[in-house]
Amino acid sequence: MKFAVIVFPGSNSDYDAFHAASAVVGEQASLVWHKDTSLGGADAVILPGGFAHGDYLRTGAIARFSPIMAAVSAFAERGGPVLGICNGFQVLLEAGLLPGAMVRNRRIKFVSRIVPVRVEVTDTPFTSACSEGQILHLPIAHGEGNYFAEPEVVETLERERRVVFRYVGVDGQPSEAGNPNGSVHNIAGICNDARNVVGLMPHPERASEPGMGSADGRVVLESAVRAFSERVAAGRASA
Amino acid sequence: MTMRARVYVTLKPSVFDPQGRVVADALHTLGYGDVRDVRQGKFFEVELEADDRAAAEARVAEMAGTLLANPVIESYRVEVL
Repeated sequence: MKFAVIVFPGSNSDYDAFHAASAVVGEQASLVWHKDTSLGGADAVILPGGFAHGDYLRTGAIARFSPIMAAVSAFAERGGPVLGICNGFQVLLEAGLLPGAMVRNRRIKFVSRIVPVRVEVTDTPFTSACSEGQILHLPIAHGEGNYFAEPEVVETLERERRVVFRYVGVDGQPSEAGNPNGSVHNIAGICNDARNVVGLMPHPERASEPGMGSADGRVVLESAVRAFSERVAAGRASA
Repeated sequence: MTMRARVYVTLKPSVFDPQGRVVADALHTLGYGDVRDVRQGKFFEVELEADDRAAAEARVAEMAGTLLANPVIESYRVEVL
């Protein structure tokens, strides 16, 4: 399986994602510059964390107009799995590939720590190897991770089970105390209606080996590999 | 001809503005107890070539809706000088 990691000027988790996909999970990975127009035959795309274009104007607002984003949108439209991590999630929101927007963290502070995150659904390509309700300890590092959407949009996300990850407290339940940034409904990650595009603020790629304080995030990319294998097997069966 | 336009971008009323809240708190600390609320926004000055005011306004409104503001959380107002 081949991962493409998009590199924007200001990305800083691009090599983390590349390392997690290649060295940790053991698949092929390539770095794709934002001015490229082709994903090079990738089977999954990762928009990494960082501060693309210095977060000027709004987080992700300039990056969404990068030339590679046309290819990413077309790939997503065809059902290709796309994962946006942190700044990558913000880019997906600005690009309209996911609904809602990010505003400043409730208490204006840049929050950088490992938090418990609950996997809400397993029918996405990035959670298929998880169990529902599984708690992952993942690092967050953001100043604008306060997820906002109009109430009717949030209601749709909940009804269609498109909240993929939720911030929880130490008891595993979503609570005010377990909400690090003020996100509505403790939302840490969501998917699109076709469920192939997933965005989350926590960094699974930075928690994929025991030496990193948590290896819980590894399952996110392992899910992508499993989903890919199943797709290939299904393709063979129908051929 | 060269025209100038101003674009004001503000968070929609339904969106909580943590920055505005912090500024309001600071003003209270400074003794401005009469401050009820502060909302922080963005201000752009755009210089562009346009045939007339109407054309400039339409053009800048398009820019505001596409890039300068995020319609999910913000609204904008365009003024041609």
